[in-house]
Amino acid sequence: LPGARSAVAGAMALDKPTPYKDVTSYNNFYEFGTDKADPAKYAGSLKTRPWTVAVEGEVRKPGNYDLDTLLKLAPMEERIYRLRCVEGWSMVVPWVGWSLAELIRKVEPTGNAKFVQFITLADRAQMPGLSQAVLDWPYVEGLRMDEALHPLTMLAFGLYGEVLPNQNGAPVRLVVPWKYGFKSGKSIVKIRFVEKQPRTSWEAAIPSEYGFYSNVNPKVDHPRWSQATERRLGEDGLFAKKRPTLMFNGYEPQVGQLYAGMDLKKFY
Amino acid sequence: MATSRRWASSTPAWTSRSSTEVNRLLLKPAVKPLVFALALVPLGLLVWGVFADTLGANPAETLIRSTGDWTLRLLCLTLAVTPLRQLTGWHALARLRRMLGLFTFFYGLLHFLAFAWLDMGLDLAAIVADIAKRPFILVGSAALLLMLPLALTSFNRAIKALGAARWQALHRAVYAVAVLAVLHFLWMRSGKNDLAEVGVYAAVIGSLLGWRVWRLRQSR
Repeated sequence: LPGARSAVAGAMALDKPTPYKDVTSYNNFYEFGTDKADPAKYAGSLKTRPWTVAVEGEVRKPGNYDLDTLLKLAPMEERIYRLRCVEGWSMVVPWVGWSLAELIRKVEPTGNAKFVQFITLADRAQMPGLSQAVLDWPYVEGLRMDEALHPLTMLAFGLYGEVLPNQNGAPVRLVVPWKYGFKSGKSIVKIRFVEKQPRTSWEAAIPSEYGFYSNVNPKVDHPRWSQATERRLGEDGLFAKKRPTLMFNGYEPQVGQLYAGMDLKKFY
Repeated sequence: MATSRRWASSTPAWTSRSSTEVNRLLLKPAVKPLVFALALVPLGLLVWGVFADTLGANPAETLIRSTGDWTLRLLCLTLAVTPLRQLTGWHALARLRRMLGLFTFFYGLLHFLAFAWLDMGLDLAAIVADIAKRPFILVGSAALLLMLPLALTSFNRAIKALGAARWQALHRAVYAVAVLAVLHFLWMRSGKNDLAEVGVYAAVIGSLLGWRVWRLRQSR
């Protein structure tokens, strides 16, 4: 899945990409099990074709978009993003896809569309992890409209120039590089435009630990993990000190203004 | 040992013949070195994994998690010795209990060192701050600290010096260690709502401790 170098500001991180093997063998994709190795082990059963993404809610042009339509909806771009997990590790991934804004403009949101909700696949036949009640399936995530429209927010269909491996959220996933990884829903089947702030899966499960925004922020600690530092997989040696985590994962110049005047300790 | 004499009478008779065989086997001189070597296998695999780069994308996490897992497993084995002896009549298992307990402490210490080194970069101030800030780390550290006096008084002369009764009272702290260890694991995993594995350890340790409560009631 080839993509042209993205011209979006901030889309080409200068960091060294994490080896393909690590990107595709160390995944949080609870629908296939809670162990990091589970998705690579069990996601083979996921059927990614035919695949449709339903667009519904406060839009003038709702409808079902099949994968082939989506693949041609906008020119594919390669973007090298840092990915910071809430657990304190990070990767650098060369994604292939396009800005979610391209799709949003096509479906023409109404004035009532203030938030976008992402609903991901929950099919017991294909996803062994669903038998565990870790979360209230399906996994849902959400963004504020301006966050969803930000050019850095992308729908990804590939990585390392290849079609997205199943364990990384095939056939289509969200990537929001300035937020913790769990905000970027995998294997999306529905995009819903809504007026009220939707509740996300992790917010519903443990509201004291996960907020709606979940911006990468070294100054707001997760009660279980310090967020001040991170370990860059594949690059930081075993005994290397963890590197400092950057505000908005280093995307502050691009996205800082979205949160001007907000108390980010309160809206974590 | 005092405890074995007290309970010997209640061992079911049907176990006696086959258990004699098992006891004879357990008393063979090779058994202790064998268990010692077996207990070192997880560490050996981890060390080998570091050099062969087979610990996955996040070897630091693998080292921290695996040493924690093995601490819990060895703790379960240690706590299983007495119930197993009573239920099966394999009383010779008693000679392995101290070694298993010491290995529990050993893996617990490795677990803490892996955290302190790989996660905290041996930054003492940061370690102290983290222990104070995060209840699950505090509870884990407390469990390790509580094991220290048990490890230090595990040799025969310490038993003599303390007197059997006092030594035994001290070593009952292992029950508190077990509860703290499960709590540590539970609080760590509840950040990701991933409690299936915790449930298994809680059930095993719960029944091993529950058995003791039940025995205590019976003997009264």
